[in-house]
Amino acid sequence: MAARIARKAYDEANAPTSLVMRFGPDEPLHLDAGVDLAPFQIAYQTYGTLNEARSNAILVCHALTGDQHVANANPVTGKPGWWEVLIGPGKIIDTNRFFVICSNVIGGCLGSTGPASTNPSTGKPYGLDLPVITIRDMVRAQVMLVDKLGIDRLFSVVGGSMGGMQVLEWASSYPERVFSALPIATGARHSSQNIAFHEVGRQAVMADPDWCGGKYIEAGSRPEKGLAVARMAAHITYLSEAALHRKFGRNLQDRESLTFGFDADFQIESYLRHQGMSFVDRFDANSYLYMTRAMDYFDLAADHGGRLADAFRNTQTRFCLVSFTSDWLFPTEESRSVVHALNAAGASVSFVEIETDRGHDAFLLDEPEFFAAVNGFLRSAAKARGLEIG
Amino acid sequence: MSVNTAPRVDLAVVADMIEPRSRVLDVGSGDGELLELLQTDKQVDGRGLELSQRGVNECVARGLSVIQGDADRDLGFYPDKGFDYVILSQTLQATRNPKTVLDELLRIGDRAIVSFPNFGHWRVRLSLLFKGRMPVTKDLPYSWYDTPNIHFCTIRDFVNLCDEVGAKVESAAALDGNGQKIGFSMPWWFWNMFGQQAVFLLKR
Repeated sequence: MAARIARKAYDEANAPTSLVMRFGPDEPLHLDAGVDLAPFQIAYQTYGTLNEARSNAILVCHALTGDQHVANANPVTGKPGWWEVLIGPGKIIDTNRFFVICSNVIGGCLGSTGPASTNPSTGKPYGLDLPVITIRDMVRAQVMLVDKLGIDRLFSVVGGSMGGMQVLEWASSYPERVFSALPIATGARHSSQNIAFHEVGRQAVMADPDWCGGKYIEAGSRPEKGLAVARMAAHITYLSEAALHRKFGRNLQDRESLTFGFDADFQIESYLRHQGMSFVDRFDANSYLYMTRAMDYFDLAADHGGRLADAFRNTQTRFCLVSFTSDWLFPTEESRSVVHALNAAGASVSFVEIETDRGHDAFLLDEPEFFAAVNGFLRSAAKARGLEIG
Repeated sequence: MSVNTAPRVDLAVVADMIEPRSRVLDVGSGDGELLELLQTDKQVDGRGLELSQRGVNECVARGLSVIQGDADRDLGFYPDKGFDYVILSQTLQATRNPKTVLDELLRIGDRAIVSFPNFGHWRVRLSLLFKGRMPVTKDLPYSWYDTPNIHFCTIRDFVNLCDEVGAKVESAAALDGNGQKIGFSMPWWFWNMFGQQAVFLLKR
């Protein structure tokens, strides 16, 4: 079963069951690393219909291990789309009214060009020959996609975590193309602690002998153990101490007493192992390295002489930021510093902090107060944009 | 941050002081009642700052641009003269540093509108005089030990503070319990005695 899913994931990386936009040798993606990527491709999904004025498009940006399947069953895992609670017909982001676009980021592993894609100049997988990708590179690629779709100005750009970084990058670099922006559970830079956690994850991957210096696909192996450990460590940061305690406490897993061994005695251990193992079936280890690096490199203020407010100078975009009280990966202070910068830039900005014990992952869950804020913000923005609102 | 549960009878008077289509920051925007009124009736470009999470969420759900924050801590992040008006309604007495806050309002806004409950009202005075206890009234509904209102002042006190920060009073009104203005051109002592609330339009 696991091997079959893994095979499927690999197939998706090269021949995705998605829409694919291909960019030829004459349409290179200029990367921050100083080189051009060409040819390359973007796998994406769309939902709803673009209106005649082309004014109802919402771009959804996915998080670290997300993908373009935001509101349809995932072709690899068969699970519902990762934001189906929020996006769909009649939902808060109503696909009966909005044209929703979600693309796999560059460097990802579900069909957009990434380390598991075949390098046309060698006929082998890129592996670590792919230049390091940044958040700005991801957004540049999205801009090229949106251009091809014939959309000048997006009604909204929405995303959480790494997706939220892309939203901030969009609003900063292409303000005239973003009518409204909804960065959720994110920050304008990756903190030292977050870089530290990512480094632990990368070291776990690279310490696995099956990683083979990044050439595991050619070697016919997979660094499952390393990637699973990386995921286990990261997964803890997506939750909160309170939620872990509420869900698992010190409960034992299928046993009456401690075994005095190193099996998964505790439910939390068993849960994390499961999270680790199911992750390796759907995600490419090298892609995990690239994604985490992209987040680590993100520092919007540094790109603007150290003054975050300058990243949003004269912006006309309407912003709404959302943070969650128990999120210790992107604590409220990270959002608040973006809000202060937007204030200083005179931007139109709303900011809500949602009370929840579900940690960073709360943005993916059914949180009524969060949904009410998103709904209110999008409705007022739609009104200002002259879009029909139900 | 609009900490008093009493109805905001000052809203209409505040709204009257504002020119249509101006840029307005409402500090202590509560559930967004005033901002919504101003957007609807005066087509202002309105923003809000509100301490309580619940208030902010209600505002954003209403489609208003409001951020969670604190008048004492967060006004410093706004640029000079970013707004035509900065409103501080029923909140001054709950700030830790009313003088600093007033200074900030006048820095951020071309004009500041400040409303507050008048601690010089005769009922307050009588209560203290005869009962010998801190007054609890419709406008000031809290007991001394759980009140968020830590810096009460009278209308005269406030006029003095305006002098100290170099603010010019462009117009002012004293209101009775129903939000009606009490007699124009009355002397300060009269307003200070009979006004339950006061609203000031200031400029520096």
